[in-house]
Amino acid sequence: MLTEITIELLQLLMVMLGSPLLVGVIRKAKARLQGRRGASIGQPYADLRKLLTKEMVVSENTSWIFRFTPYLLATTMLLSALIVPVLTTRTPLGFMGNIIALMYLFLLGTFFLALAGLDAGSAFGGMGSSREVAIAALAEPTVLIAIFGIALRAGTTSLDSIITRFAAEPLLMLNAGHLLAFFAFFIVALAENGRLPVDNPATHLELTMIHEAMILEYSGRLLALVEWAAGMKLFLFLTLLSNLFFPWGVALTNTPVALVTAFVALAVKLLLFAWAIALVETSVAKLRLFRVPELLAGSFTLALLAVVTAFFIK
Amino acid sequence: MIIDSTVMLNLLLVTLACFSAGAVGALAMAPWTNLSRLVGNAGALLGALGAFALGIAGIVGGNLQLTVPDLLPIGGAALGVDRLSAFFVVVIAAGAFPAALYALGYTREYAGKHSLAGMGFAFNVFIATMILVVLARNVLTFLFLWEAMSLASYFLVMTEPEREDTVDAGWVYFVMTHAGFAALFMGFLLLARATGTMDFANWSVAAIELDPTSRNLIFVLLALGFGSKAGVIPLHVWLPRAHPAAPSHVSALMSGVMIKLGVYGLVRVAFDWLGTGPVWWGGTMLIVGAVSAVLGVLYALVEHDLKRLLAYHSVENIGIILLGLGGGMLFQAHGLEALAALALIAALYHTLNHAAFKSLLFMGAGAVVLATHTRNMEELGGLIKRMPQTATFFLVGSVAIAALPPFNGFISEWLTFQSLLLSFQISAHTVNLIFALGIAALALTSGLAAACFVKAFGITFLALPRSEPAALAREVEWTMRAPMALLAFACIALGVAPFVILAPLEAAVFDLMGAHADMKFDWSMVVANDSFGWVAPLWIALGLGAFLMAIPLALRSIGANKRRRYYETWGCGRALQTARFEYTATAFANPFKRVFALLYRPVKELDIEFHPESRYFVRTIAYYNEGRLIFEDALYRPLLRMIQALAREARVLQSGNVHGYLVYILVALVALLILTV
Repeated sequence: MLTEITIELLQLLMVMLGSPLLVGVIRKAKARLQGRRGASIGQPYADLRKLLTKEMVVSENTSWIFRFTPYLLATTMLLSALIVPVLTTRTPLGFMGNIIALMYLFLLGTFFLALAGLDAGSAFGGMGSSREVAIAALAEPTVLIAIFGIALRAGTTSLDSIITRFAAEPLLMLNAGHLLAFFAFFIVALAENGRLPVDNPATHLELTMIHEAMILEYSGRLLALVEWAAGMKLFLFLTLLSNLFFPWGVALTNTPVALVTAFVALAVKLLLFAWAIALVETSVAKLRLFRVPELLAGSFTLALLAVVTAFFIK
Repeated sequence: MIIDSTVMLNLLLVTLACFSAGAVGALAMAPWTNLSRLVGNAGALLGALGAFALGIAGIVGGNLQLTVPDLLPIGGAALGVDRLSAFFVVVIAAGAFPAALYALGYTREYAGKHSLAGMGFAFNVFIATMILVVLARNVLTFLFLWEAMSLASYFLVMTEPEREDTVDAGWVYFVMTHAGFAALFMGFLLLARATGTMDFANWSVAAIELDPTSRNLIFVLLALGFGSKAGVIPLHVWLPRAHPAAPSHVSALMSGVMIKLGVYGLVRVAFDWLGTGPVWWGGTMLIVGAVSAVLGVLYALVEHDLKRLLAYHSVENIGIILLGLGGGMLFQAHGLEALAALALIAALYHTLNHAAFKSLLFMGAGAVVLATHTRNMEELGGLIKRMPQTATFFLVGSVAIAALPPFNGFISEWLTFQSLLLSFQISAHTVNLIFALGIAALALTSGLAAACFVKAFGITFLALPRSEPAALAREVEWTMRAPMALLAFACIALGVAPFVILAPLEAAVFDLMGAHADMKFDWSMVVANDSFGWVAPLWIALGLGAFLMAIPLALRSIGANKRRRYYETWGCGRALQTARFEYTATAFANPFKRVFALLYRPVKELDIEFHPESRYFVRTIAYYNEGRLIFEDALYRPLLRMIQALAREARVLQSGNVHGYLVYILVALVALLILTV
């Protein structure tokens, strides 16, 4: 019982405290690639701390949904942190849901954030909400078909069991379908987290914003919660990508040695992914909004091909 | 637990007595409008309670077989209760009880303008015939009650005949429901003739002996008939007309309950009357379901009439139910009975869930329409501050229909996904591909549904009111809020405690198919196929609640600033904020209209009126961006033109000469005699 609580607490702390660091690393990597020094990797921590000391300015047009949404976003991310196998495949609370339940928890956060964007009555918020839900809706089929592709090979949709299966039989991963599913999922991760080429997280122009436009009205602790939740969502998506597709290092038993190894392995994998994202963001320009469905359709095709290869190449 | 059949019979008689009292009482008290209204709706309320008890008794194990020999020709009227019928009775009662309670407040507006007595009569007949239809056990009982139900609902749809769209809606509904009835009539009579019996109970055994051509033909006819009632694409054209035109409590019943009778028929056809069919039956059902789901939600996305949006969502949810049904049929055709049972359970669970949240949403829409006298979302807004409780209930319904945890829509869609994902156990490539496309369609549908309800709830209730009536709206009375609260509670309860429904559903499906579903569940968890997937909805709800409470406490403990200042929305430097600066529903749906332009085929018009003195000054700009209804243009209009052309040709026969007509009768009589003897 005590070990279970400790493990869940460790996973939760890692996600809670590690996500601003991940965001900082990506920004630093982007800065380096662009020839700048960049802010220190601890800057997001300083930003969150500053926001928490500031007073909230809330629009008069808003309702309780506006004030409730940041808490709900952070809640869904923290709950997901308990379910996702961050360090170990023996996640005690992993019985709460499988990968489909996880995706719908993310969608719950997006739903309320879109409502909060409409709540202030500004055109920017509405525009952000409209674009965000369009992209989220178009990314859903890719996610589910990619899950189908993974489940076909692993024989299960529960996150823990998928990793255990792949870690036990590495040859299952050695085929084109697995790689295709990975790329499809990577594109979805970029779309869902508001990264280039779908959305520029560093833009100042409202008409080019998607996620930033929805949260334009937030300030103070509400903004801190929203930014933190966005960081956690990115962390969890990258953790899923690392552990589902490259499960080396994930603890299969709950011994201290295995957990430390898992921690180091995850840190290395996330660092690599951070650099990969920074590379992608620096090399491609943001897509025009009505080109994004083409990108998502492409990722859907990749996922469908992953499924088809699973059926035809047995 | 064995419940005596006399108890069941008494429950049934009490139910029917309540409905009859309501119907007759409403007519008898016609001169006293208020009393007639009360009696009519109270009768329906009590009858719904009785029906609910009857349904629960039937699910628990009660049995009832009732035959009244001379009431109808060829076999009399036969009624019977088995677990599947009992489940549907529960669905009907669960929709009818809140609707009747809601009607007590809602119909007050009709006093003096429309016949409340007629409405009370039709309302009671409608619910009573719906309940009796699922209990019918031979052909003529079923058809008679089906027709009575259609007629009662037609009169309810036509409550406000002075409105133009109501007359159009009633006409299309009348034609479509009778076209479906004709298909049902043909299918039933063919099946009865081929198997030699009019009783449903004997069909499943006898139907296996039929030759494949007649079985296929009967399946197609019955599927068309039940499909048109359910509202699948392309037979859905009556739904988006009839549901908005009817009064809101009737819309709630029609959308939440009546179209489920089409599902009931399809379940009977697929799993009971015709035995296990060939693979293409299930495949067609799955593809039709996928198409209905995606197209239904796509049409809903561009709608600005609140009730028509909800009607299109009914098409979408029927598509989701058919995805489960089609999957089940495909599994059964390949001999995987346990998976077929799982898919059927998912479909039936979604039937109940949809009844709950769709009724809730229609009632919320009705409250909004009552308060603001407009159905157009572009004129609403800010209602969350004027009608806070209605807004909260509508939000619960929206989150439920978007299939988000921890509400009921999530559980039934999760189950549907699990059963579709388990299709890899079939090793036929075409079938696997169909399943994969079904999964993609379901995922797209659920994403688009979430988007659509962000629009529906956000534009209607949030931000500033866009018109004077919206700014002056007031909360509705308690008789309209109480049923919404009840249904919202049901949405939460069915989502957090699915075992309450899964246990009776499993029993019902076992009775129907003889197989246990490939899943385990207890008070907290649902597990599909041993370890293929699991979810613990109660834990998710508790987890969400725990963190929601913990985060503010944690923030307080680290000393975060909790001062809040209210100020105007940031406006990029403009002088004042009015409702004109808000996002509109048309703009919200624009990305979808662009991406799916192939489906919508939008027609854009831009009219600019210039100042007469100079073209540099613009007086008005009018922008039209309408989608076209491709099914009506591509399917129905050519069909109608063909029928009208045929009718013009046939006019030659109408000579006006009585002697000519007498000769026609003689010829027809002689031909019949030759053919049948």
